[in-house]
Amino acid sequence: MTQNQSLFFQKFGITPNDLQRYLGEALSAGGDYADLYFEYLTSTSISVDESIVKSASQGISAGCGVRVLSGDRTGYAYTDDLAPEKIMRAARTAALIARGPAKSPIEGFKENLNHQLYPVASPSADADIAAKLELVMRADRAARAYDPRIVQVRSGYFDELRQILIVGSDGTFASDVQPMARFSVSCIAKSIESSSKGNAGGGGRVGIDYFLTEKTPEHFAHDAARQAIIQLDAREAPAGEMEVVLGPGWPGILLHEAIGHGLEADFNRKGTSAFSGMIGRRVASDKCTVVDNGTLPSRRGSINVDDEGSPTKNTVLIENGILKGYLSDKLSAKLMGMPDTGNGRRESYEHIPMPRMTNTYMLAGDDSPEDIIRSVKRGVYAVNFGGGQVDITNGKFVFSASEAYMIEDGHVTAPLKNCTLIGNGPDALTKVSMVGNDLQLDEGVGTCGKDGQSVPVGVGIPTLKLDTMTVGGTAR
Amino acid sequence: MATHVQTVSGVDSDLRELATTVVSRAMKAGATAAESVVREGSEFSTVVRMGEVETLKESGSRAIGLRVFLGQSAASTYSSDFTEDGIRRLVSGAMDLAKVTSADAYSGIPEADQLGSLGDLQLYYDDVYSLPPEERIDYARRAEKAALETDARLKNSDGGSFDAATGHKVLANSHGFVGEYRRSYCSVSVAPIAQDDNGNMQRDYWFSLARTLSKLESAESVGREAARRTLRRLGSRKIASTQVPIVLDPMVAGSILDNVFDAVNGDAVYRQSSFLANMLGEKVAADNITVVDDGTIPGGFGTEPFDGEGIPTRRTVVIENGILKSYLLNTYTAKKLGLKTTGNASRGLAGTPGIGAGNFFLQKGDKTPQQIIAGIKQGLYVFQFLGFGVNLVTGDFSRGASGVWIENGELTYPVEEITVAGNLKDMLYNISEIGNDLQFRGSLASPTLRIDGMMIAGE
Repeated sequence: MTQNQSLFFQKFGITPNDLQRYLGEALSAGGDYADLYFEYLTSTSISVDESIVKSASQGISAGCGVRVLSGDRTGYAYTDDLAPEKIMRAARTAALIARGPAKSPIEGFKENLNHQLYPVASPSADADIAAKLELVMRADRAARAYDPRIVQVRSGYFDELRQILIVGSDGTFASDVQPMARFSVSCIAKSIESSSKGNAGGGGRVGIDYFLTEKTPEHFAHDAARQAIIQLDAREAPAGEMEVVLGPGWPGILLHEAIGHGLEADFNRKGTSAFSGMIGRRVASDKCTVVDNGTLPSRRGSINVDDEGSPTKNTVLIENGILKGYLSDKLSAKLMGMPDTGNGRRESYEHIPMPRMTNTYMLAGDDSPEDIIRSVKRGVYAVNFGGGQVDITNGKFVFSASEAYMIEDGHVTAPLKNCTLIGNGPDALTKVSMVGNDLQLDEGVGTCGKDGQSVPVGVGIPTLKLDTMTVGGTAR
Repeated sequence: MATHVQTVSGVDSDLRELATTVVSRAMKAGATAAESVVREGSEFSTVVRMGEVETLKESGSRAIGLRVFLGQSAASTYSSDFTEDGIRRLVSGAMDLAKVTSADAYSGIPEADQLGSLGDLQLYYDDVYSLPPEERIDYARRAEKAALETDARLKNSDGGSFDAATGHKVLANSHGFVGEYRRSYCSVSVAPIAQDDNGNMQRDYWFSLARTLSKLESAESVGREAARRTLRRLGSRKIASTQVPIVLDPMVAGSILDNVFDAVNGDAVYRQSSFLANMLGEKVAADNITVVDDGTIPGGFGTEPFDGEGIPTRRTVVIENGILKSYLLNTYTAKKLGLKTTGNASRGLAGTPGIGAGNFFLQKGDKTPQQIIAGIKQGLYVFQFLGFGVNLVTGDFSRGASGVWIENGELTYPVEEITVAGNLKDMLYNISEIGNDLQFRGSLASPTLRIDGMMIAGE
């Protein structure tokens, strides 16, 4: 056993012997593998609304999830009480998935060297509440000062510190301390004729200093206010197929919906994804190379180890347009005979891990953003998005533009009302004809939902041109 | 047979005692008002895929939330740590936070004379856990089997599932209010996958949800309906952009009603971030539209004896014959708007109470869905919306859709990869037909609706 600073040993008095005992109980009816996921999560949120601090809250949740794998079956139970008898009971419940003679976990644990992707020593959660409060007040003032037509402002600061310990019957031993901070601003603008809204936000696995030096409250406030003011004059979006240019950064949600989910290994193992059996096939133009990279320092989608204790990786999904790989967790890797890419994630100790994305982005190309815009006769330039969704099985995906403009004869012209873009995952990226040299990652706002579980993710693209995509407006 | 169990106060006196103890400790620590909620729940779920158990999950959990006031300043904390140390930190943490938040003239818990709880509303049946584990698994297995047996093109599946859950909630505040109730659920669902000769796949699903096993639909009927919904999508194609009447199936119509709920939510209304703000008493929808929120329907999925602040739930007519009659409010939003609460406070563990629906529904009309479809020469029957393209500030609406093309009053070929767009303000006026098929499969329900004038974007 290596020296471990985990609070589970110190605060809850858990010992390596206890862990062996729990794993033994989990394998008491056989099974191929068992693991324990301990979590201790503290969070703080503060919000300013109508220029006053209307609410502040803090919370603690702690618990342990026990999983037993037997073939492709999963047994799962959890407890929010870390007393030994409660964990033993959860282990006994999870064990029921297997039907066979008891097995023993491997004696002794082996801890791998972890990435060090984010600050652990000075988590944001420890910063003074007054300092956080000042940040949200600054955002409120900045948004209101931006334009007299801004009539409502809400700003919020949220942070959490997640401490986890994962042990497995194969000797897996991993612990991590994962900070997360997020800032958000939303504005309502009103003119005599219309109303509109604008949202902005960001953060990552960062300390509070990030919001004092890199992305300030004023940065987010101005962006939200700017979007709301622009939307006051938005005109109806066109309807039908046309050229679409996506701005850099957050519009990378295209990749997340169009291909990312479809490449999660569980769907492909079961043959339920539109991408099933397509490794080695062309799914994008040769200008496209897409990766999922959990190892970028401080990013919202990054983690040192995944929620099964495996180190995260940089995985190539599409290389020069050819489908290269899937995103896997331990179960799918084993059943499919492929490497574990370290993408086994879960929302909390109450949830069964499954393959999830981390930071999914397309590598930069050679085109200048100006040339890309100039090449479009009539199309849509979309630079900000709300959410998106995909139907994994038929591959149809949508994502909704919250800030978009017409492009007419190579020039960006009028702002457009909110509109949804829709496409087909396996061929949407074959329409990519230009890839910008301006790769950006999003500012740190993405939350991905799958099977009722939410996890933080990142996305990114350079400016991209798709020769055709369906734009869901109302104008002929 | 199901046994209906009346909630007996005192059975779980430890939760009641904990809730009241936390409130009195907060008052001793200097709070001028306090409110706590204690929740305890258990869940069971199983997924059977291609006839084999894929997952089995079983667990219980509990947590406590506390909201305190120092004069007009408020703060909240929550924890799953029920030890003495955990409770001490819960109280001191909330008190510390309340010292840094701002005084808000509208904040506070309800007046004492507003508080109360309705009687037994038939929300809890102990039979949801009565099946032995093997029979629960079998329920899911039979649902999947019934779906896959329907047609040879149903070759794969995301599985059948059976879930059961119970919850127990206690709310206490410093006016001496203590309320509690239990709720139970069970559900069966299945998601089959069909494949055509070209290898193209489609997936859909169906489910049944009930408070008691005795009202859960049979595994076989759920499986067959899931199969029907999946098979009708095979051979879907894109269509050219056009403007034709659309008919929304009840599930999809329910999502429009969800948008209406969000627009009459008192939080959105006082912040001027709803297209229905400042419209009370005005015409906002067609004459045939009446929308009701009723938190008191016995056994309902949105039923509670009291809301998140301890106010008895009630029936509120939101839209009557097209006129906006009421917003849905809690104590705070009612004060902000100079109105009275409608008993729609919803309280999570932390933060200030939001607005929650009771049983929120659009009153049914008298036509069958078939009659509505038969009256359309060319149109689109929509059974799925995709994505989140709704702007409640402006009412702008643009969502991905799948459905079936209507030609001369008949359903013909399936359609996908299109969007349907318009503005909710117009859409509510342009609901020209309402079905007679109102059925609750959750707390929010709508019958089949016909809406005219929306733009379909495709090729």
